[in-house]
Amino acid sequence: MNRRLELVCPAGSLPALRVAVDHGADAVYLGFRNATNARNFAGLNFDDGEMRRGIQYAHERGARVFLALNTYARAGQWSDWTRAADLAADLGVDAVILADPGLMRYCSERHPELRLHLSVQGSATNPEAIAFYAHQFGVQRVVLPRVLSLNQVRYVISNAPVEVEVFGFGSLCVMVEGRCALSSYVTGESPNTCGVCSPAKAVRWEETGSSRRSRLNGVLIDVYAPGESAGYPTLCKGRFIVRGGPDASPAYALEEPTSLNVLAILPELLQSGIAAIKVEGRQRSPAYVGQVTRVLRAALDACMRDPSGYAPRPEWVAELDRLAEGRQHTLGAIDRAWQ
Amino acid sequence: MTAPSRSDSTPGTVAMKLSLGPIQYFWDRDTVMQFYGRVAESPVDIVYLGETVCAKRRALNAADWLDIAAHLAAAGKEVVLSTLVLVEAASELSRMRRIVDNGLYRVEANDMAAVNMLCSGKRFVAGPHINIYNGETLRLFADLGAFRWIPPLELGREAVAALQAVRPDGMQTEVFAFGRLPLAFSARCFTARAHGLPKDSCEFRCADYPDGMELETRDGQQFLALNGIQVQSGYTANLVRELPTLQALKVDVLRLSPQSRGMETVIDWFRRAIDGNVDLDEAARALGDAVSTGPCNGFWHGVAGMDWLSEFVP
Repeated sequence: MNRRLELVCPAGSLPALRVAVDHGADAVYLGFRNATNARNFAGLNFDDGEMRRGIQYAHERGARVFLALNTYARAGQWSDWTRAADLAADLGVDAVILADPGLMRYCSERHPELRLHLSVQGSATNPEAIAFYAHQFGVQRVVLPRVLSLNQVRYVISNAPVEVEVFGFGSLCVMVEGRCALSSYVTGESPNTCGVCSPAKAVRWEETGSSRRSRLNGVLIDVYAPGESAGYPTLCKGRFIVRGGPDASPAYALEEPTSLNVLAILPELLQSGIAAIKVEGRQRSPAYVGQVTRVLRAALDACMRDPSGYAPRPEWVAELDRLAEGRQHTLGAIDRAWQ
Repeated sequence: MTAPSRSDSTPGTVAMKLSLGPIQYFWDRDTVMQFYGRVAESPVDIVYLGETVCAKRRALNAADWLDIAAHLAAAGKEVVLSTLVLVEAASELSRMRRIVDNGLYRVEANDMAAVNMLCSGKRFVAGPHINIYNGETLRLFADLGAFRWIPPLELGREAVAALQAVRPDGMQTEVFAFGRLPLAFSARCFTARAHGLPKDSCEFRCADYPDGMELETRDGQQFLALNGIQVQSGYTANLVRELPTLQALKVDVLRLSPQSRGMETVIDWFRRAIDGNVDLDEAARALGDAVSTGPCNGFWHGVAGMDWLSEFVP
């Protein structure tokens, strides 16, 4: 048996949490029903009572619970974030996932026993930045932004004094997380400020006889021909026109609708020394979470049993592609050619 | 360019300063040298120098930058050396270490790696890509050695006002007041992608776009600008009409972001506006004429950053 690699799955609700745990998640991550976490969507997340029940359910079955407090506390509303941190400590979560350095200092001083993970929103992409969080606040794990190649991930792991968690499946952020104001540029609300990207309330669909158009706060994100499948208008995944280049026809200038999927390189990731693989998608349904967790559990078990004999099974890939944005997948920045 | 005419009109107060942010684009060595030659003669007070976007851009070496710095310092400018925003490689960290240890000029940190190198005793500027969104985090950075900070670009008047009310003693606040907003960074080079090239063989195509590549929506709206791995606003941020509010909030410095043409005009109009020698609507119009894009000021007003609130909102 090789080293154990932790599978961390999203829980946007109590049913999703149960499904993730039942299907083999080693840990789940969740958030309160407010702006303190980066999936602040209507109908999602937990109140205190649900959180208590969720933690109990997970702990009784040997799974850990991480609480995402990974937005930046708003000026003048600091106590909303510290209250959430106090409650997290009180509820007995296994770690809090933080991005705001001020909140990290608060937690390290007020709740020294509370385990701190650096959120992907903390934008730490190199060992020196990670050392800052480790030395200043005792951060014990860092979630890497989806901008590093496999060699760069290895470099970070060899030189950073903490555990490293990487994203393994789900929607792909094209930009460095925590450093993207595209959504607030278009809609006034961003991951850092409001815990949202391309928020649903800003989306408008227009149907004409010859096309279907998606707009985000009035900005035309994409135009679909009749019969063409249309995706959610995440603003970095629309088709635009680049002026002054070789081709002025509409193109996915930033990124196509696609999902991250690391099944193909699990042995390399295992060997690199990462501590955990994270599934994106607290906004997804329990059914989605169950399917993804089951596939990744099977793949991870197979890989840990026999890394050299591991190959992703076609049915795993097919099942995940059915769930993927645009029904296709990519390694993203892990594959240098993508960059 | 008109000669600087400072009017520290209110006794006991320090006049608002003007800074020139780091060049975001890949200009050739001669262009950069000539640009800073003109800047030395211009009425800006602070100049940020260095490559912040892409480590592959090396038209100027460390000695070139230090020559420019010396020239600007001799002309009376405060020189600050800016560091890379997205840091991934060991070589980038070594270069950052040399900047931090330069021994002459203060440093603007744009990544926590730089903060980690600076926070053991050096005074530094916390740049706009350091996420300081509340008073407690601002206090933390003061404790770490920051003497100046630039609020994240998406923070507006309301947040800046709240933070000004609690800012630590001696902390200067610098607001991004003019230029295309650096909104996002990626591992991917979008300029290379537009040319069908991978980043590792990008052929430095970004050198052909001195103000970035325009990205339009399919119905012709100026949307974004691609600048290598950076994505900028399609519109040009312009806070000249918010000057009375910025002054009332005791903002210390306004940052102007370099563009390839008309920068002296931009500097002049801001200088005259700060000195109270010009009608602000006229300044806004003149600044609009100096750029090829529409204006935006939405972030400052707490709405979508791309919006332009044309009525003066006190």
